[in-house]
Amino acid sequence: MNSVLKQTADDGAHDASFNLETAFRDSHVADVLEKLEAELVGLAPVKTRIRDICSLLLVDTLRRQAGLSTEALSLHMSFTGNPGTGKTTVAMRMAEILHHLGYVRKGHLVAVTRDDLVGQYIGHTAPKTREVLKRAMGGVLFIDEAYYLYRPENERDYGQEAIEILLQEMENHRDDLVVILAGYEDRMERFFRSNPGMSSRIAHHIAFPDYTSEELMAIAQLMLEQMQYVLSADAQSTLREYIARRQTQPHFANARSVRNALDRARLRQASRLFAKRGASLAKQDLMTIEAEDIRASRVFAEPAPVETQRQGELQT
Amino acid sequence: MRLTQGTFSFLPDLTDAQISSQIEYCLQRGWAVSVEYTEDPHPRNTYWEMFGIPMFDLKDAAGIMREVQECRKTFPNRYIKVNAFDSTRGVESLRLSFLVARPDEEPGFELLREEGPGRQVRYALRSYATRRPEGHRY
Repeated sequence: MNSVLKQTADDGAHDASFNLETAFRDSHVADVLEKLEAELVGLAPVKTRIRDICSLLLVDTLRRQAGLSTEALSLHMSFTGNPGTGKTTVAMRMAEILHHLGYVRKGHLVAVTRDDLVGQYIGHTAPKTREVLKRAMGGVLFIDEAYYLYRPENERDYGQEAIEILLQEMENHRDDLVVILAGYEDRMERFFRSNPGMSSRIAHHIAFPDYTSEELMAIAQLMLEQMQYVLSADAQSTLREYIARRQTQPHFANARSVRNALDRARLRQASRLFAKRGASLAKQDLMTIEAEDIRASRVFAEPAPVETQRQGELQT
Repeated sequence: MRLTQGTFSFLPDLTDAQISSQIEYCLQRGWAVSVEYTEDPHPRNTYWEMFGIPMFDLKDAAGIMREVQECRKTFPNRYIKVNAFDSTRGVESLRLSFLVARPDEEPGFELLREEGPGRQVRYALRSYATRRPEGHRY
């Protein structure tokens, strides 16, 4: 990268040297990347891709200063991955990063689903989709569960119309907005296969891997920190065991399952404290989640399949 | 005769870049921007045709600029204005309104006098353009 830069500097009309380091510092991307690193556990391929995009945009900034042509980069993305792997969170960060890099002007995120784009009667879809696109201009349009836009079983479905408008806008107004499609891997694949135009207009297909149990543990710690709770030593190993068990059960939703488990543990902790309400409580008692709070979960009862289903997280 | 209505109307016509930054200012204040057009430029004609509904919750001027372009394309020879509505409680009215397009030829206004009883004279203003039926005025 450096040699390329040096060359352009030598060739360019301006003899000024171009410093990537200063550009990096000026853009405040470092803060965002740091935050990304601190708040998002794992997700190595995602972080690599984000870093790649950051470098390219920074180099482009310098190229512009050097008077070199900078072809408008297509930054439409698709995030695929299992539930709870952090697609929405990363999308939100992405808007921030792109804003700091000056790629989008405002850096807000407009999150929509099928309902916001597709109308209910003929002629309703186009204005509705355009409205959303107008709101997203200057920022990032995040379409969650994008595959619902396309319903092959109903050929009169208005979703197709929304897709066509989206495609047109993604092509014509690249500098005005960035579109991010997100959804579960297999269904997104089917969606792209039936809409090849969509697939080819998306430059970045980013797959979100499932978390390992170690990563889930780290996520749990992070969540507890934010909620200002601590795990007792016993509870730590119990939670580790819980995660290992939960992972093998159906409807496992990665970080979302962990969050739900922690929420339920908080409930149990509260009732445990309430049960012995006569005793005086220290601050530490209010903060600590004990092993028994986690141990009471149905996951430890080796539940029958029906029960697992009830326990399983509902996808929204 | 050049029509002078709304803000900036005594200045040369705004360029698109200038219009865009004016809209940007409106959006920063949280005003809802709308586009309207008319072919009846009478100063008392407050009700212009709406080109689409007012745009709430926008963050960037690009969307409104496109609406302006769209309106210019659909009605190439009309007066078009951009309004910014402030919905703050107690204000609830337009904060800013300015022309973004005008017909190539503006014939101006005619002053009408009507004799009333007792040498009383009533005055009226009428655009020369409105003598023709709607749709054929400019």
